[in-house]
Amino acid sequence: MTKSNVESWGSRVGLVLAMAGNAVGLGNFLRFPVQAIQNGGGAFIIPYLVCFLLMGIPLLFIEWSMGRFGGRFGHHSTPFIVNSMDPKRVFWKYIGVFGIFTNLAVAAYYCYLESWTLSYIWHSVAGSFQGQTADQISDFFTGYISLSDGGYETVFFWIFCLLLNTWILSKGLSGGVEKVAKIGMPLLILFGILLAIKGVTLTAGEEGAINDGTVGLNYLWTPDYSTIWSAKVWLAAAGQIFFTLSVGMGSIQCYASYVKRKDDIALNAMSAGWMNEFVEVVLGSSILIPIAIGYLGIDKVVELTQSGGLGLGFKTLPYLFQQWGDVLAALAGIAWFGLLFFAGITSSLAMGTPCMGFLMDEFKWKREQSAWAFGLAIFILGLPTVLFFEQGVFDEYDYWAGTVSLVVFALAEIILFAWVFGMDKGWKEINRGADIKVPPVFKFIIQFVTPVILGWVFFASLPDIWKKITNADLKAKLLETTDPAQIQAINDQMAYLNGSRVLLVALFISISYLVYVAYRKRVKEGRGIV
Amino acid sequence: MNSEALIMMIAAEGIITAVTIYFFYKVLTVPPKPEPDSYSENDDD
Repeated sequence: MTKSNVESWGSRVGLVLAMAGNAVGLGNFLRFPVQAIQNGGGAFIIPYLVCFLLMGIPLLFIEWSMGRFGGRFGHHSTPFIVNSMDPKRVFWKYIGVFGIFTNLAVAAYYCYLESWTLSYIWHSVAGSFQGQTADQISDFFTGYISLSDGGYETVFFWIFCLLLNTWILSKGLSGGVEKVAKIGMPLLILFGILLAIKGVTLTAGEEGAINDGTVGLNYLWTPDYSTIWSAKVWLAAAGQIFFTLSVGMGSIQCYASYVKRKDDIALNAMSAGWMNEFVEVVLGSSILIPIAIGYLGIDKVVELTQSGGLGLGFKTLPYLFQQWGDVLAALAGIAWFGLLFFAGITSSLAMGTPCMGFLMDEFKWKREQSAWAFGLAIFILGLPTVLFFEQGVFDEYDYWAGTVSLVVFALAEIILFAWVFGMDKGWKEINRGADIKVPPVFKFIIQFVTPVILGWVFFASLPDIWKKITNADLKAKLLETTDPAQIQAINDQMAYLNGSRVLLVALFISISYLVYVAYRKRVKEGRGIV
Repeated sequence: MNSEALIMMIAAEGIITAVTIYFFYKVLTVPPKPEPDSYSENDDD
């Protein structure tokens, strides 16, 4: 039998940087500081780091070892990776569908977000924001996402971004993904350090700043210990760990499936995971908030963070950079949006590999064909997020694929690993070829503590999931209004949201069907799961 | 910055930076494993 999937990593550093790049995303810079402000300031770091140690690190160990284990049997996507750990129960491969579904659905909206950064780099270079007021720059962003100028520029950058991702993926792991990670990650850290230095050294009264950069740091890091025992804060911390590490997605397993059987995964997992924490906590907390508070003051920034970090990052920072003069503004714009772009593309490339791995393993597609199939799929799936962004389709994808699915899949995989595959075998897998001694306490944590935390996160999220399914917030808004235009708008929004859910369900069913076809093909060809 | 915020920031960022550098340094310096030279080395434990 000929193997169509003969990918491999070129170097260990390349693998670690690619894995770190997979984890580092726009959320490191836009979401983490906002979460910290909203959940106890400096005290947020305590539940955050506890969740990292008790949930993030165990899941990293599990996903890396699951991937390497499955790769031994020639599997590079989660349906057959998870099934190889319990080959007698065929249903696992349908649980593994989450590992392809999530990547496709998240990539669909994530590439759109990534394309904004490309556009903003262009506008920073072209000097489009020079001489504009804060409102004009804010309106530019609103116009950009609402396609008010016909949407040509928005669509152009989105398509360009899709083509760029597809082209890099078609070059393979060592020839494409790894090269981008080796260039992108060091540049991202360099840009981050430069902006962080500028952010924390802002001086009140200079270049239009009303506060020192340390005022923002002080606000972000002052601990409010009364929040430590709040379940909401712990849920936010656990959620942030999920977002930031890209666990529960299936992309880590895919990358790790190309690691040789006797090569280390424990040290690699720690290095990539902690690198992500460095970017998030050290760099992520030193840019957005210090600069924004330096120019706008605490009250205004708190108001702006109510709608998340996207507004601050795209509507506000380009204006604040203008206060530094034309040249420095252009350089800061390139650094900030360049940093976000590299954070984005190293993640979106990771989202492409599981889908490609599946097509190459099961249907013997060539790498280029698989890359273009991925590109086409995210074009079709992403189109509604571009056209109906304002109707909430983008957020809906993010909620179901980028939030709920992660928790569901992570819960399933930890049960499989610790309780079905067996903790003794699992522990052996984690330690096979390890270049560090994994503390034995993690055996207990993986078996008992992490499943409990994940179960709690899942069950605590159920009321919110129910509210979403029933459109409770929109229905409440309907009851509050008598304006026919508003009623129509809310009804339209509900239709768009329901439509996007149908699309996501259809995607999950379609992938499940492909997995079924692949399984039947394996049976017919006499190829087992293990 | 007030002392509580300063302590919290220096402690969190210091620990994270130190651990990140430690692990990445190990990745760079641990010698690669020799390739398996026999079928027996590829067998299951």
